[in-house]
Amino acid sequence: MTEEIIIAGFGGQGVLSMGQILCYSGVMQGNEVSWMPSYGPEMRGGTANCTAIISDKPISSPVLNAFDTAIVLNQPSMDKFEESVKPGGLLIYERNGMTRKPRRTDINVWAIGAYDESLKMNNVKVFNMIVLGGFLKIKPIIEIENVIKGLKKVLPERYHKLIPLNEEAIQRGMSIITQEHKA
Amino acid sequence: MKELRLMKGNEALAEAAIRAGADAYFGYPITPQSEVIEYLMAENPVERTGMVVLQAESEVAAINMVYGAAGCGKKAMTSSSSPGISLKMEGISYLAGAELPCLIVNVVRGGPGLGTIQPSQSDYFQAVKGGGHGDYKLIVLAPATVQESVDFVKLGFDLAFKYRNPVMILSDGIIGQMMEKVELFEQVPRATEQPEWATVGKKPGRDHVVVTSLQLQSEEQEKVNLRLQAKYRVIEKNEVRYETYDCDDAEYLFAAFGSAARITRKAMEMARAKGIKVGLIRPQTLFPFPVEAFNKMADQVKGILTVEMNAGQMVEDVRLAVNGKTKVEHFGRFGGMIPNPDEILNALEQKIIGG
Amino acid sequence: MSENLIKPENLVYKKTEVLTDKVMHYCPGCGHGTAHRMLAEVIDEMGIQGETIGVAPVGCSVLAYNYFAVDMTEAAHGRAPAVATGIKRVFPEKFVFTYQGDGDLAAIGTAETIHACNRGENILIVFINNGIYGMTGGQMAPTTLPGMKTSTSPRGRDVVTMGNPLKITELVAQLPGSYFVTRQAVHTPANARKAKRALKKAMEYQKLNKGTCLVEIVSNCNSGWKMTPVQSNKWMEENMFPFYPLGDIKVPQE
Repeated sequence: MTEEIIIAGFGGQGVLSMGQILCYSGVMQGNEVSWMPSYGPEMRGGTANCTAIISDKPISSPVLNAFDTAIVLNQPSMDKFEESVKPGGLLIYERNGMTRKPRRTDINVWAIGAYDESLKMNNVKVFNMIVLGGFLKIKPIIEIENVIKGLKKVLPERYHKLIPLNEEAIQRGMSIITQEHKA
Repeated sequence: MKELRLMKGNEALAEAAIRAGADAYFGYPITPQSEVIEYLMAENPVERTGMVVLQAESEVAAINMVYGAAGCGKKAMTSSSSPGISLKMEGISYLAGAELPCLIVNVVRGGPGLGTIQPSQSDYFQAVKGGGHGDYKLIVLAPATVQESVDFVKLGFDLAFKYRNPVMILSDGIIGQMMEKVELFEQVPRATEQPEWATVGKKPGRDHVVVTSLQLQSEEQEKVNLRLQAKYRVIEKNEVRYETYDCDDAEYLFAAFGSAARITRKAMEMARAKGIKVGLIRPQTLFPFPVEAFNKMADQVKGILTVEMNAGQMVEDVRLAVNGKTKVEHFGRFGGMIPNPDEILNALEQKIIGG
Repeated sequence: MSENLIKPENLVYKKTEVLTDKVMHYCPGCGHGTAHRMLAEVIDEMGIQGETIGVAPVGCSVLAYNYFAVDMTEAAHGRAPAVATGIKRVFPEKFVFTYQGDGDLAAIGTAETIHACNRGENILIVFINNGIYGMTGGQMAPTTLPGMKTSTSPRGRDVVTMGNPLKITELVAQLPGSYFVTRQAVHTPANARKAKRALKKAMEYQKLNKGTCLVEIVSNCNSGWKMTPVQSNKWMEENMFPFYPLGDIKVPQE
């Protein structure tokens, strides 16, 4: 199993930490992982992205130009990374704020309303965990229990009381993601 | 079991410095390596091991603080990125001249000038050919993983003290910024005694110690140069480190270091899938350079392609190593651009197989 | 007859053992030798030879490491305060001093000087100000007086195009990290004794971790000024002292 993922969106949407949680969860179940962020001025409020790779083999390149999965959380990210999904690959997009639908017909497209769902949960901070739940529904490469272990590693001790909330967000994400196009 | 963590290259390197028993870190912030000093300041190692961390007023001051501490026989280090390393070059030359051990980390970004903050390997020449003034060599280690960023800190300090020579870790923006799984080594206690060449305060009955790179008599300076050169020959003999991948049946060869070697391995997988028998040599030490390994492979392969995030620097050393025995070409992206595996494979097909 | 005189009980002066027996390369008449001796005697009297680490500059006193019988490091031009910082931070219990000239301390090393003092590094900076670059052959220094002729200001220092002399000692005195800042001279026995007292105070403050102490010594450069030693000392009194007045500039408020 090798899963090469790009996660992209606005700074503040939790793009980088979502990749980190995914990777730490991979470590918890004994996978090889790599996480590579975009860095620089774009970190400061603009677009942010990270490449997360989870594999049962040692990982060669941490930077890629084609991905098994693209998770795009705003329009500029869809514009930038839709073409980077491998044929037959997966594109997940956040419904809120998108001005157009993906154009590719050779990939699987799923949509999620994670922002609206986070409002329902009265906590926009769990936005990225809802998205993560959606992803794991379609590609169950990591056991939820390992995600929880990963969260415990990523979150400082004082935030561990928030882990049940995050778990709920993951479950909600799993239930609300819908398929829009099948390759 | 040893401790397993998911860490950024820069942070892992900083943690490794504490664990390697470093006595002092002096630095100045610059992207993409500021996490090193940020991590150390947050970790406050003075409470853990007694290690001192200081943010200097400039890269120039930082390297000279290293010089002062290294002259005391202490394990001292600094880190920076390309423009900052240029500023440190004066001090690095003095450290090499005074034969002081220390660790210098360069998380390379694109240049020249202010350049870009994105990853690059364009400081290869500066690292291995001198950079500062005078005939000197740094031992240059090129990590390709976060794990090597950790391991090379310990190795770097060991080599620095073994040879009384500055060691440079030539990392880059990818290795510095990426997160990977790392196994951290156990805490090495800080040294309690200093070598006899160190300024520790004059002991009764022994002459006062002088740390200097100055010899006003040419005859004396030549002796220093000869001694340094003899030391560099020993280092070339003993300390070459490299890894080979799929070289046994290789008809073609890639040569790449650091993050470029990671990307090149992806291109190798693609090439092998197409039936192209290609191997890879990844130098882990850039000085000393794995001359023998390349020379030997030159008898076996039909051509060598170096893949570098620069305009062609290591390619010169590969050419010197194979001494005309086989074709050696270069493929590079620069200015912060990262080569992708497709274009690397394409370059192999165009420049080496079809060329 | 004469050999009978050389007996311990007849000893009236003995060179301190904190100075080596190396013959100094300084020009006859130069103040460096006296300044070295005052500092060495302080180290001797305090009994801290084994705990002192010095930093030599680039300039006339580049070879100071040959004369002080203490462990010494030779710094790059201007970087002595940074080098001393590195030493002091890893050996906080040692006595650390730099010995620097005006070009080293107040031109190329201005940033290192200001920041070491501003951090309040517990070091002693001995600053020899003779208003000229002696070693390289008499070029203009940051402290060269207005109108003063040097090889790079042959018509005299024109402050409009060449800038003004920098009173870096007064500048350092304003920094919160500096503790004791004083300006002295060593051209007469009385001045040398006062300078020695200042150096001793500074070393004692260092023991108490009080912050940076800077002792400026206004000195002559008879070679660079192209005068006899006697003339140069007179010229110094008449021209340097009015611009760089002797005395304490910052004293501890205790």
